[in-house]
Amino acid sequence: MSTQDTLKHKLDHTDADGKQEYTITVYAENRIGLLNRIAIIFSKRKINIESLNTSPSEIDGIHRFNIVITEGYEVVRKLARQIEKQIEVLKVYFNTNDEIIWQELALYKVSTDEIAEKVTVERLLRQYGASAVVIRKDYTVFAVTGHREETDALVKALEPYELIEFVRSARVAIIKDSAGFHEKLKEFEAIEPGEELIENEFLDKGEKIFTM
Amino acid sequence: METAQETIQQNEAKTDTSKTLFKGTGSQVLLNGLIEEGVTTIFGYPGGAIMPIYDALYDYADKLEHILVRHEQGGIHAAQGFARASGEVGVVFATSGPGATNLVTGLADAQIDSTPLVCITGQVFAHLLGTDAFQETDVINITTPVTKWNYQVTDAKEIPEVLAKAFYIAKSGRPGPVLIDITKNAQLQVEEFPAYVKCNHIRSYRPKPKVRMQFIEEAAALINAAQKPFILFGQGVILGKAEAEFKAFIEKTGIPAAWTIMGEGAIPTSHPLNVGMLGMHGNYGPNVLTNEADVIIAIGMRFDDRVTGRLDKYAKQAKIVHLDIDPAEIDKNVKAEVGVWGDCKETLPLLTNLVEEKKHEEWLAKFRAYNQEEIDQVITPELYPTSDEMTMGEVLRVINEITGGDAVIVTDVGQHQMVACRYAKFNNTRSNITSGGLGTMGFGLPAAIGAKYGAPDKTVIAIIGDGGFQMTPQELGTIMQFGAAVKILILNNRFLGMVRQWQQLFHDKRYSFVNITSPDFVALAKSYYIEANKVDERANLRNALETMINHDGAYLLEVMVGRENNVFPMVPQGMSVSEIRLK
Repeated sequence: MSTQDTLKHKLDHTDADGKQEYTITVYAENRIGLLNRIAIIFSKRKINIESLNTSPSEIDGIHRFNIVITEGYEVVRKLARQIEKQIEVLKVYFNTNDEIIWQELALYKVSTDEIAEKVTVERLLRQYGASAVVIRKDYTVFAVTGHREETDALVKALEPYELIEFVRSARVAIIKDSAGFHEKLKEFEAIEPGEELIENEFLDKGEKIFTM
Repeated sequence: METAQETIQQNEAKTDTSKTLFKGTGSQVLLNGLIEEGVTTIFGYPGGAIMPIYDALYDYADKLEHILVRHEQGGIHAAQGFARASGEVGVVFATSGPGATNLVTGLADAQIDSTPLVCITGQVFAHLLGTDAFQETDVINITTPVTKWNYQVTDAKEIPEVLAKAFYIAKSGRPGPVLIDITKNAQLQVEEFPAYVKCNHIRSYRPKPKVRMQFIEEAAALINAAQKPFILFGQGVILGKAEAEFKAFIEKTGIPAAWTIMGEGAIPTSHPLNVGMLGMHGNYGPNVLTNEADVIIAIGMRFDDRVTGRLDKYAKQAKIVHLDIDPAEIDKNVKAEVGVWGDCKETLPLLTNLVEEKKHEEWLAKFRAYNQEEIDQVITPELYPTSDEMTMGEVLRVINEITGGDAVIVTDVGQHQMVACRYAKFNNTRSNITSGGLGTMGFGLPAAIGAKYGAPDKTVIAIIGDGGFQMTPQELGTIMQFGAAVKILILNNRFLGMVRQWQQLFHDKRYSFVNITSPDFVALAKSYYIEANKVDERANLRNALETMINHDGAYLLEVMVGRENNVFPMVPQGMSVSEIRLK
């Protein structure tokens, strides 16, 4: 097998080694049932969604989904095409972690007595970038915004002090090279289709993701 | 619905505003909309939650022909047959609950075979949604994976926009089935409706792109440099109504072209560049030479596993040019060197302009050599058997001799389907109607009924196995009542033949539950007042087929064929196309 053949083979059958975290960004109409339509594209292929966030986007009336999965490039590319095929989906992008800025929010509820006795709140706040959201006689709620490792670190730190409740939000992500969706939307609203690039594939990394 | 409404408002500004408002029920405005969309025929079955629509339909008998099927699955397969034969959108009515769930098989079939359908289902009153009301099912969520689009209407004001959107989505781009679920209150609701406006744009939906010349040029360069180019075409040519453009392309380039079963008939069987069928039971040359071609031009086909066999041994030597309207198909199963995303009605003429006129005589001779081998070893023994037992192939040969290739052939699923696709002659497009992607047994009879309504001037022959016929025989009742002149040919080998063939070849002849018995099909047909006959001797075959085809009206003919005949050639599952077996 030549190197090229090996490469082609790899592209056809992405192996486990090629898997990494991808954040899929979906711009879509805000319509009942669309979440299900998107979710079953993953479940049909027995792919687990690790994180899913729906929110408004920079444009009024257009929703933005952030979906995180761990898969190979080929699988993600095909998923993105299938999602984009849905009638109410405008556009789908997929990015590796180095191409996005992302955050997750975590909340931690601990006993105020416990924490006051055994640790200094100040140290917690400083070391983990946490903020105290609520301080009551019976409990205190801390919040941390950051990457998974950062929010996990505080879970570890609080474990000895009876972590009463813990919750972490889905990932929200901004694409570093995105110029937003405003210009793109004009193209979608035009009756005649424009020359469309299948963007993720025809653009080299580092170049702008949005091209008009 | 914001989008559709906005578009419609924009359009309204431009179009004639002299049309007055229509005051009526949601049901009436739905039927008016169907008429505006050019619908003439509806296949359906009434029930509690769709009664207001049926009540309105009572007054539309002169404008809308409603065919009362005997089961909703029959209704949707009939609509599929109608759409495939006519090129129009098939329309189905069904009630909530079981009525709607009975559509699911047909929706899945239409989804995978890209058949444009609009299905209207009744639903319980909006205030009862989620209460487990009588005949309530979550139809939208059940049908989401098997529809191109679906929508639940709870307010009659939405009906015109949603219907317009449904027709636009069903037939544009890569066609597919759409389902609209309408709650009973919306069917009854009286409103003043503006004039119906067809939909031609949805901002989040791009049915086809503007063609990029760069890819046409790259494709042309590959084709012009090719020594052994090979065209694989699928239903996309037919769905794109691009048969003439396709013919011009192959005739200029002189490239041999082979079809998937969904693409069969896009060019006549007799065309000198038509080298036959691809895939598991396809022709010898097209399969073997797939692994010898240097450039493969795939047009409106999706490299289904039944076509490619083992993927990592499929056409690895070839550069692939893939023309498709669905960008999700390009690079899905087979990596394309050049992907041409677009409507082949537009892309093919652009490509034809840039390709050189050529004849590939030596390359074509290779196809002919393989074909001769297949004729000697497989086709002649199948079409002209020497044993006493009749073969499915010889029945097809005699049909060809009688019809000359002008009939619409509708098949069910199994051995007879492969034999029909292999041996039936087609002079015209939209003449081969079969369940390709889903392989739905029971498709044949109802689809043939629909095909007859879709192509009333054609002879429609439904070729069905003894197993498949027993899945939807109730539609004989539809024929009895409405008189669709369908010629039903049951090829009876007293086995579930295709499964039996696999058990023989791959499971040591352990015939596990493939031995199926049948009722007296002739008596069954006659009980529905349909003329019928049975043939078990070769001497009577031609005469019986002629009687069936020439009979004025529906007719059922049962032909007893050899019990344990196999369909060959065959690419066994998991093998490469070039490892195709002749026996």
